[in-house]
Amino acid sequence: MILLIKLFLTLQSTSVNFPTKFLKLMLTEFGKIFVFILTAALFVVVAIYVARLLRPKRPTFEKLTTYECGENPEGSPWVKFNIRFYVVALIFLIFDVEVVLLIPWALVYREMGIVGYLIGAIFLILLGVGMAYEWKKGDLEWARPKIKEPTLDIIKSTETKKEELKTAS
Amino acid sequence: MGLLDQEFTEGNIVIAKAEDLFNWARLSSLWQVGFGLACCAIEMMATSASHYDFDRFGVIPRPSPRQSDVIIISGTVTFKMAIRIKRLYEQMPDPKYVISMGSCSNCGGPYWEHGYHVLKGVDRVIPVDVYVPGCPPRPEALLEGLLKLQEKIRNESIVKPIRSGFVGKSA
Repeated sequence: MILLIKLFLTLQSTSVNFPTKFLKLMLTEFGKIFVFILTAALFVVVAIYVARLLRPKRPTFEKLTTYECGENPEGSPWVKFNIRFYVVALIFLIFDVEVVLLIPWALVYREMGIVGYLIGAIFLILLGVGMAYEWKKGDLEWARPKIKEPTLDIIKSTETKKEELKTAS
Repeated sequence: MGLLDQEFTEGNIVIAKAEDLFNWARLSSLWQVGFGLACCAIEMMATSASHYDFDRFGVIPRPSPRQSDVIIISGTVTFKMAIRIKRLYEQMPDPKYVISMGSCSNCGGPYWEHGYHVLKGVDRVIPVDVYVPGCPPRPEALLEGLLKLQEKIRNESIVKPIRSGFVGKSA
């Protein structure tokens, strides 16, 4: 760990204006991020560990059971989701990325002028074409299985008999 | 674990100072279970809203008893609900506190005689710290109840109690 910190603490070349002691411990820009990450991790670990040391711990059966609004926990938490959500998730992802890309574009829109407008338009047209393709393919529809209505064999046979009679007469 | 909690049988300066700190921390951030039963719950919500501002005492409704310190029994406790209340209380982590709000949860209230379906006081299933009278109590009354609870917490001790029948750490 100390080696890692030393890696990120780079020794700056001495300059005339500043005392050398001060400069020896200066961080690079990435070093600052590293210190930030380190502090964040330490903060969490220390807070959790100190709380663990100080808090009362009296586990009971009720306390350790799954919380389901005071009801008896029922069934497995690993519920199966419908496979049709997969297409919806994919389409959502595309438009999610679109928003992420369009926000920085909107910020520099005025400075970019007509070029920026065209770039944005091409991007949106491409996405629109994709959307139209999805629509045409029927991915936006929530496909439901067709219900097979049960029919009785007796009714079927009488119907065919009626038809036979009709054709005969 | 539990470095200090009920580890000592008599107080000393470290315990006294730690107690002050713990009690101050506990009474200043009493998170309540987001839980309401009847008309008292409406008053409780009014207390949480901007006019009475429960938040200035550090009371925030939490969606799970796992994150809560206090449960406010706000309303009529029916027999069906009593089972759930008991479980919710049991699932809260220690230290936990109970405020019984309104006549119904104090003693059955208007249902004390002919309420075939009502528990005659929530203290029959869980230990109550503060009773707030009223039908329903005004938000000021609930605030007073909370202040009483804070007073109670301020004088709490982490010294191991010498009491028979206490379900403590060793049990």
